Amino acid sequence: MLETVQIPGTTIFDGRMAAKGYALNKMCFSFNEAENRAAFLADEDAYCSKFELSRDQREAVRHRDVLALLAAGGNIYYLAKFAGIFGLNVQDIGAQQTGMTVDAFRAKLVGEGV
Amino acid sequence: MATIVGGLGLSHVPAIGGAIKRHAEHDPYWRPFFDGLPPIRRWLADTRPSVVVMFYNDHGLNFFLDKMPTFAIGAAPEYRNADEGWGLPVQRPFRGNPELSWHVIEHLVAQEFDITMCQEMLVDHAFTVPMQLLWPGIAEWPVAVVPIAINTVQHPLPSPGRCYKLGRAVGEALAQWTGKERVAIVGTGGLSHQLDGKRAGFINKEFDLYCLDALTNDIQALTQLTIPELVELSGTQGVELLNWIAMRGALPATVEKSHVSYHIPISNTAAASLLLTEPAAKSREQAA
Repeated sequence: MLETVQIPGTTIFDGRMAAKGYALNKMCFSFNEAENRAAFLADEDAYCSKFELSRDQREAVRHRDVLALLAAGGNIYYLAKFAGIFGLNVQDIGAQQTGMTVDAFRAKLVGEGV
Repeated sequence: MATIVGGLGLSHVPAIGGAIKRHAEHDPYWRPFFDGLPPIRRWLADTRPSVVVMFYNDHGLNFFLDKMPTFAIGAAPEYRNADEGWGLPVQRPFRGNPELSWHVIEHLVAQEFDITMCQEMLVDHAFTVPMQLLWPGIAEWPVAVVPIAINTVQHPLPSPGRCYKLGRAVGEALAQWTGKERVAIVGTGGLSHQLDGKRAGFINKEFDLYCLDALTNDIQALTQLTIPELVELSGTQGVELLNWIAMRGALPATVEKSHVSYHIPISNTAAASLLLTEPAAKSREQAA
């Protein structure tokens, strides 16, 4: 039995999540290679079909919805490669997940150091 | 025996690699971070290590979830970097020291660490960014490397106590090595940060500053933490502190903080650099 840890706003990427997200993360891992990033952009449906994403995963990919991608088992390290296709960095992703503008998210981080 | 010249902790945020690529080191955003590095580079020039043993974590360049080793050690003549998907320039290859790697591997397995041995191993930004920070713009890397990857991706992760013991066993292996190598131990990543979830942007300055002291003077306290406690205190990616704890394990029991810098933020991360040395070594150098 896996221990479940409750930290607000946080999902521990344990065996359960890794199993759930395997197909999605495998697709994102493929984006290390430029030709795979190009293939995704050329025909997103065909590329997602190849990796047999679940319906939830396919919808989350379609909407570029990071919280939904995480809920569908995505791991942030692999998702970062997906985001990279669209030129989005971890601050863009952070802003999306927290419902802030990117400027506000950046300002919040700067504020942590003051 | 090999000589351990000291231990280094360094953040490895990919954006640092981007800043180096754009020559942005002196921009107001970046300067407070990069200003922490010259004392470390001067120390490297003085101590001239010939080998770097680096504890780091792969972020999905070499290892995927199909086979995820808890601890993996390179035993290759050369380690290559590759495209990670978001535009960092690929760094030139790093020279290995397979004989030393195999010696470390033999010792670790004899000490009951069930490690994974890698004769091919791509190294990602967690390895290349610290190397760029230590030797900026250099034509040839002046050291051979032994990369040791600790799983920080797929839970369950090894505990802080286990990573400390791994580091200690690596230190023992180096002490028993018959070569004359001068070894710098490096732990990369952190400090506090969280990239994922509604808690994204989490930073814990108080805990980070505590860690920078505890790594020097009270490592046993850090080794008592559990992984859930570490996630809560330092964020889902702040667990990269495991690499720093392993680095500390490879050093002598008593060290001093020769240099430290800490800055919030670099991207989403509290960034730090730390140099730990043996007090006696420092006084010998000053006397010389």
